Amino acid sequence: MEQALLYAATLGTLACIYAVLTLGLNLQWGLTGLMNFGGLGFVAVGAYTAALLTAQPSATHVGGFGVPWWLAWPAAGLAAALLAFPVGAIALRLRADYLAIATIGIAEIVRLVARNEDWLTGGPLGVTAIPRPFESLGTPMGQVAFLLLVGAVLAALFAAAQAATNSPFGRALRAVRDDEEAAKAAGKNPARLRLHAFLLGAAFMGLGGAMMTAFFKFIGPDALEPVTVTFLVWVMLIAGGSGNNWGAVAGAFAVWAVWAATDWLAAQLPGEAATRAAYVRLFLIGLALQVILLARPKGLIGERVGSPQR
Amino acid sequence: MTAQGGPPALSVSGVTKRFGGFVALDCVSLEVAEGSITGLIGPNGAGKSTLFAIIAGFLPPDGGTIRLRGEDVTAESPWRLHARGLARTFQIPRLFSRMTVLENLMVAAPNQSGEQLPAPWLARRQIQREEEALRARALHVLERLNLARHAEAPASALSGGQKKLVELGRALMSEASVILLDEPAAGVNRTLLREIAEIIAALNREEGITFLVIEHDLDLVADLCTRVWCLAEGRVIAGGTMSEVRADPQVAEAYLGMTFDLN
Repeated sequence: MEQALLYAATLGTLACIYAVLTLGLNLQWGLTGLMNFGGLGFVAVGAYTAALLTAQPSATHVGGFGVPWWLAWPAAGLAAALLAFPVGAIALRLRADYLAIATIGIAEIVRLVARNEDWLTGGPLGVTAIPRPFESLGTPMGQVAFLLLVGAVLAALFAAAQAATNSPFGRALRAVRDDEEAAKAAGKNPARLRLHAFLLGAAFMGLGGAMMTAFFKFIGPDALEPVTVTFLVWVMLIAGGSGNNWGAVAGAFAVWAVWAATDWLAAQLPGEAATRAAYVRLFLIGLALQVILLARPKGLIGERVGSPQR
Repeated sequence: MTAQGGPPALSVSGVTKRFGGFVALDCVSLEVAEGSITGLIGPNGAGKSTLFAIIAGFLPPDGGTIRLRGEDVTAESPWRLHARGLARTFQIPRLFSRMTVLENLMVAAPNQSGEQLPAPWLARRQIQREEEALRARALHVLERLNLARHAEAPASALSGGQKKLVELGRALMSEASVILLDEPAAGVNRTLLREIAEIIAALNREEGITFLVIEHDLDLVADLCTRVWCLAEGRVIAGGTMSEVRADPQVAEAYLGMTFDLN
């Protein structure tokens, strides 16, 4: 019973964190049409920021500073937005595909910095013993309480994303996405609107990274991979319904369920087969995406033209 | 809003634009009087749409100046010009396809406080009030354009002629006092063409909006426009009333080989 509760809390927490990342990508891609293929970079900056702020002092990296989570998490979102600012200010003035290339590059740079700048990040050893809110409640109640906290953060961010989407700001973003020239003729400044959407989405990703480090109590250069962060979040958004915040959350939960289920299935296989199964998972996720898009081209809960997406 | 000695609504002087070695506009100068409906005619490839793009801030000119009511607005950005009361439409309608017809109009209104972060989270009351007023205004414009029953339809579902009307509606939502219309009647059936012409004339008469209109239908131009400029191969070759321009031998030559009779 206790084991099952712990397992459920773990799955639920990660599902909520992924939903936060997917909401961030939806603000960028779904609403504004920004191709951010470097989600990992923004998640990582948020993760390291929160880790270094909340951890206890250590000789192997900068800090930590023992700052409480409720200060460190917003700071993580802010740090990710700060990274997004120069990238966006430069790449968003260029054609759309340049942003995709620039973000891939930034994500790799962040990974290399995390691995090699030992004084800052602890290098390959990473940052350990990161405190997790409510862990003093013990197992499994500590994990359940943490799930509730992450769920509350998701709810708040969802409400913020909905308010932005259904406001004149969201309408202007959709105008820029649908036709940039026409948006200019309608009096919009596409570069400014894109930058705001990009920073907002990056802040969501940074906050997601902060919650991830608190959950795992560890962050290192190999803890975040392009496949499990950038790629998986794109699959979640496309499967769920790009342009719709409900779709983003539904996609995150559904794809995470498939991902977790295949993880469990693979573990049942004997020896070497289990290792190979890890690669089959990727194939299965791709297959699931194909099936969803064939059956529902706009995703599980697609964008609706007209009525506010409530 | 009649021109009593004030500066012209729009004045273009010495505007030049090159694309590589091709001279699209060669020292183009023309004026649009305050409160007028002015026509811009010329054969295909004359540079009319390029001139529109330059006036509206979509393309920087290689030389020359654009003045809006006497103020230099050369190479000003489209959104700043929009805020200063200059709007344009596109030859081929460019609508926001994943938005409703009503949203297509609402988005084009100037000074929306809800477009600036963090207003969507902090000033929801004010935004709601503004949105209600905006919605009413957009519906009013749609009624005027005979599109009210399509208000909630996706813009992509409209016919070509209706899309032209939405383009016009978007320009009207900008509260612009000078509107550049790029072929408002192209690809539109005769009935709708009469409607569009009447709407333009009424807006000019009742609200004093100044129009500069690119149009190939010369009868429509003759009906609507008090003054006409003719552009050919990037140069202004004639300017005056429609009958004066029609009588100009250079204009006849520029149009030579085209099927319709100028006189």
